[in-house]
Amino acid sequence: MSRSRFSLGVTACLLAGLQRELLLAVRSPGNTINPLMFFVIAISLFPLGGGADTVFLSSIAPGVIWVTALLAVMLSMESLFRSDFEDGSLEQLLLSPQPLYFQILAKVFGHWLVTGLPLVLLSPLLGLLLALPAQAYLPLMLGLLLGTPTLNLIGAIGMALTVGLSRSGLLLAVLVLPLSIPVLVFGAGVVNAALNGLPMAGLLAVLGAMLALALSLAPLAIGAALRISVN
Amino acid sequence: MWQWFYKLGSPKYFYDMTSGLLPWLYTITFFLLIVGVVWGLMFAPPDYQMGDNYRIIYIHVPAASLALGAYAMMAAMAAMHLIWKIKMADIVAKVIAPVGGMFCAVALFTGSFWGKPTWGTYWIWDARITSTLILLFIYMGVAALRNAYDSTSAGAKAAAVLTLVGVVNLPIIRYSVDWWNTLHQSASNLSLRAVGANPPEIWIPAFFMGFALLGLFLIAIILRARNEILVREKRTLWVQDLLQNEIEQSREPSHHA
Repeated sequence: MSRSRFSLGVTACLLAGLQRELLLAVRSPGNTINPLMFFVIAISLFPLGGGADTVFLSSIAPGVIWVTALLAVMLSMESLFRSDFEDGSLEQLLLSPQPLYFQILAKVFGHWLVTGLPLVLLSPLLGLLLALPAQAYLPLMLGLLLGTPTLNLIGAIGMALTVGLSRSGLLLAVLVLPLSIPVLVFGAGVVNAALNGLPMAGLLAVLGAMLALALSLAPLAIGAALRISVN
Repeated sequence: MWQWFYKLGSPKYFYDMTSGLLPWLYTITFFLLIVGVVWGLMFAPPDYQMGDNYRIIYIHVPAASLALGAYAMMAAMAAMHLIWKIKMADIVAKVIAPVGGMFCAVALFTGSFWGKPTWGTYWIWDARITSTLILLFIYMGVAALRNAYDSTSAGAKAAAVLTLVGVVNLPIIRYSVDWWNTLHQSASNLSLRAVGANPPEIWIPAFFMGFALLGLFLIAIILRARNEILVREKRTLWVQDLLQNEIEQSREPSHHA
């Protein structure tokens, strides 16, 4: 009976989880800013290493931006569960009466709002640095808007599997990068299609389909993985 | 039928049963291997375009299909372990990962040595090659995740979850790589899928080799699983009895001499 007093509806549970994530992000801004800085710095290395020729840069720009975004999302995963695991709030999350599925969804969505969305908004600027033609900015942003949440969900599976291990950074990359390949292929494909004047609606639809699949299945895998890690 | 299935879930039964099975498996595999290798390498006629180069398919094709099939088997074992907590299923899932990864590597190596004289290059980003490479990465990831855990049971469950995530993802990867490939280069009909188009002298030895490699795969799985059983069950009475017998038997000849 006391249990029902503390249990919230699904919407309230989602909002409470989201609020907590955003509050945590405001109080430790490094977790938000570091992936973005990595994104900008890593992209600026490509002209330095490969030459500043604008034709060359614009030809590699879609792939470079997408690969770097993938790596930035993966590096940002550490802040998703690590501190919660260390201070015990992850155990409370698993013990609470609300459905784990929605709590995880709230957590990953909150994490995406503070790490993935800024990346999407920043991407045209990086396109500019890599001499990407202006007509490709919108496809790039749309692709990243649909693709980065999927990358976040896949990354969260890997993070949930490795959060109980002491040094998991490289292992996370080994697990998550092969699984992220479809998003990368279609995300960069959208930009390339736009550059070549080809229709891109179908590719965006595939990215959306992958997001829908990840939204419905990934939280189940994340929940199962968290239960293994916390035990 | 079900009783047999339940029995197989017991490590001791698996160990005893495979002790009887292995000699048969050795004999059959050896026979298939000899017939397949001798027929395929010496008597099968050379291809009119590729000459003798094509003979590598006798190893390449079975290795590639086993690499895929092994993943399906690993996933079935992972699901069985997660759902019914069958110990034996996890042991088999564990030992498949390195063996399946090895078959991937064999398929990639033989493919690239076939590609050098035939296509003029060791490596191209063909859809099949790329997805086999990604499959190898996923095998390595599953094995690496399991090894990273100190606790056997937690590592087993984590590897099982990752294996099942991979099952959902592998068809999507395959599809996306196919799509990506048609975008980047014109489709080239490189496959040897049309078995019927080749004369029987070429594809009958291929069947022998297919079953021979399946036999080798099963032998590798069973030997590794038996080893894993002995390690995990080392504190049980039957393993200690078994080891005691082995020690006594190995002493006997020197005793007589």
